[in-house]
Amino acid sequence: MKYLIDPMDLTTQEVRGILQLAHEIMEDPKKYAHKCEGKKLATLFFEPSTRTRLSFEAAMLELGGSVIGFSSADSSSAAKGENVADTVRVVQCYADIIVMRHPKEGSAKAAAMNLEIPFINAGDGGHQHPTQTLTDLLSIESIKGRLDHLSIGLCGDLMFGRTVHSLIRAMMRYQDIKFTLISPEELHLPNYLLKEMKQNGVPYVETRQLEGAIDNLDILYMTRVQKERFFNEADYLRLRDSCILDSKKLSSARPDMIILHPLPRVNEIPNEIDKDPRACYFKQVLYGKYVRMALILTMLGESEC
Amino acid sequence: MLNIDSLEKGLVIDHIKAGKSMSIYQFLNLDKLDCSVAIIKNAKSKKMGKKDIIKIDDKVDLNLDVLGFIDPDITVNIIENGKIVEKKRLNLPLKIYDVLKCKNPRCITSVEYGLPHIFELVDPKLGIYRCIYCEQEYKA
Repeated sequence: MKYLIDPMDLTTQEVRGILQLAHEIMEDPKKYAHKCEGKKLATLFFEPSTRTRLSFEAAMLELGGSVIGFSSADSSSAAKGENVADTVRVVQCYADIIVMRHPKEGSAKAAAMNLEIPFINAGDGGHQHPTQTLTDLLSIESIKGRLDHLSIGLCGDLMFGRTVHSLIRAMMRYQDIKFTLISPEELHLPNYLLKEMKQNGVPYVETRQLEGAIDNLDILYMTRVQKERFFNEADYLRLRDSCILDSKKLSSARPDMIILHPLPRVNEIPNEIDKDPRACYFKQVLYGKYVRMALILTMLGESEC
Repeated sequence: MLNIDSLEKGLVIDHIKAGKSMSIYQFLNLDKLDCSVAIIKNAKSKKMGKKDIIKIDDKVDLNLDVLGFIDPDITVNIIENGKIVEKKRLNLPLKIYDVLKCKNPRCITSVEYGLPHIFELVDPKLGIYRCIYCEQEYKA
């Protein structure tokens, strides 16, 4: 596997292999502590990120490798006008594997077209975010014990929310998956994804409110309305408060439902929910590190023990 | 009836939807050719009622992908020694390069210089293409 741009780049067998390796790392992290000694990971972050960048860096460090890179476009040659293709071509001379986040949709594809070394898309605008998807899959499998026969509610910004887009495509490949899409009209799921669900015979319902939509869910996947995706502040402010989960709404959910969120959150999950045993979004962060360790090992061909 | 006898060697782009010939002229950059190029608008057609035709007085290399994308019903006749030696029928191309520009303002192609604009055919029945970078759809 050379590039990971879209979660669909991975077959279900490859996903299985990565999740299995992640479980093995979780069970015995010391066994993997030196697997990437002498290897360098380049993290090219053209837009701000805390958890994804640090998660990749922590993952590589825990594998015994080292990390180089930048954390904003201002501190890279992009500030001088260099394009993405040239930046990655230069960086591949210094690193063994590249992780990139960029605000423009499709930037990962543009980068990968020019590379000889393994490349991981860490988010290209509102388009795809495959490692968040792997994080979500590992979280679901670890907590729910399965990736099939699930009813999944997706709530918030479904239009620009790349984590949602990636998760839908990944989950569509498992048996008996149903989606409940909860968003304001202006932030509904893009038509091409609705069409893909129809073509694949995946049932879904669209609704505008959390009330009444979460009663029979196995998973509620919350997302934030992302300010950086709006050209207009007024639109952002109007839509920001449209999908908020509170204790009253949560009271109608099943006791074994789990709440996931890619984080960061703004106000869509108030702090009071954190104490609820169904809130799994901080566990999800830890799963993210382990799955990225498994992915780095797999892409570097270092996964054999 | 139109007569192609006067063309000894060249190409006739036939069955163009009436009124579309000028956009085809521009898409194919025919203004850059040295040879004679004739545009016939609103010619009578039994099949189409009215059609446009473009005659090119030389055997030039045409980007048939572009033509197939603009209108797959167009035919291209190759003329040698005053006779049609080949009739090419067009299909919707699987990929088109640097013909369309992605209209998504968030697409990397909106800022990245030197990046080819590539669209892939995803639904041949409906003629729907998708930007290979951001997946924005475009209908042929």
